[in-house]
Amino acid sequence: MKSCLIVDDSKVIRKVARHILETMEFQVTEASDGEEALAQCEQSSPDVILLDWNMPVMSGMDFLKAYRSANRTPDLAKVIFCTTENGAGHIQAAIAAGADEYVMKPFDRETLESKLQIVGCI
Amino acid sequence: MTLPGRDVYELLTGLLESKTGQILKSSRHWRVEMALKPVLREHTIPDLSVLASLIETDLGGQLAQDCIEALINNETCFFRDQANFALLTGPVTDSLREKRRASKRLRIWSAACSSGQEPYSVAMAFAENAEKWRGWNIEIVATDVSHSVLGKAKSGRFSQFEIQRGLPVTMMLKYFRQGGEDWIVDKEIRRMLSFVPHNLIESPACLGKFDIILCRNMLMYLSDERKALVLENLCDSLAEGGYLMLGSAETVIGHSDGFHPSDEFRGFYELADSKSNASSLHRMAG
Repeated sequence: MKSCLIVDDSKVIRKVARHILETMEFQVTEASDGEEALAQCEQSSPDVILLDWNMPVMSGMDFLKAYRSANRTPDLAKVIFCTTENGAGHIQAAIAAGADEYVMKPFDRETLESKLQIVGCI
Repeated sequence: MTLPGRDVYELLTGLLESKTGQILKSSRHWRVEMALKPVLREHTIPDLSVLASLIETDLGGQLAQDCIEALINNETCFFRDQANFALLTGPVTDSLREKRRASKRLRIWSAACSSGQEPYSVAMAFAENAEKWRGWNIEIVATDVSHSVLGKAKSGRFSQFEIQRGLPVTMMLKYFRQGGEDWIVDKEIRRMLSFVPHNLIESPACLGKFDIILCRNMLMYLSDERKALVLENLCDSLAEGGYLMLGSAETVIGHSDGFHPSDEFRGFYELADSKSNASSLHRMAG
């Protein structure tokens, strides 16, 4: 069973994403900001991380930079940004920082499923 | 609110079937009302019963055409069925590259292309291997029965919702630019495609022969009789040595003797030997 960590400060988004992912048989964990997500990744790295951009305490971008710079290459998860930041500039910055895919909110099951396929998680 | 009578649904779905061959089963009648809402608004018609009575008096008119276009299923996405698509743009085109090395020409038909995600995906796949295909003439012809959806495909504009279904983000950044809320395809990609209105139940002779025909997730909406007719038309359009690609849940088996499943490529079909030989003889005689 593949695992996914949802990092988003919105309870509603986490609930919706969890529901979609669980129907795809993912084992789902949640974090409400980047710092909490980093702490969770220290324990065990998921297969894929669904990452919001704007969050209190630590943003998605700061999390991504910290996560990618940590010397744990073999365990690195695929990272899919999932955000309302929909400008080409933001998307380019995310890819440059090491994101594997990008989902622009709002999204549906088919979109998320296709992105998970692209990163090889289903 | 009064629900439209059964005869109203029968008239509207019958219209769709007679013009396009597509069947809308009674279990999917709920779709009729939803799909036709914009038509009702545009023509300021109060309900489906009035719409049906207006159409009855002019079955070939613009209103009837608008209804047909609204009822057609236009579901699509970029690189639909990723595994099969990878087979198409990898081993299948490699095989044709060998077969057509003398002419260095490939003609690809995206039949029932809907809003264009399929033909643009094919074009991007070739662009990704530009060096390999340098010096080749790659022509992609995209057709659909719906003029409105074909117009949208031709524009090369996709909403944020459409652009991210199936398209890797790196390809989105490489081949599209942001224009307001939409994403617009690069001119170089657009240049590889031509868009032609065409109804698959009619003769495709004017389109010429193709090395690859993609007709995916369309046959499934047709009656057996119409499936046989469409497959016969596709058979006439496939060049010798070419491949037909259907949707992953579709098959020619039981509907056409003109094709046989490819031994090499699962989900692809080749001309049956008899047809291929008959075509060769015909050409020799001609």
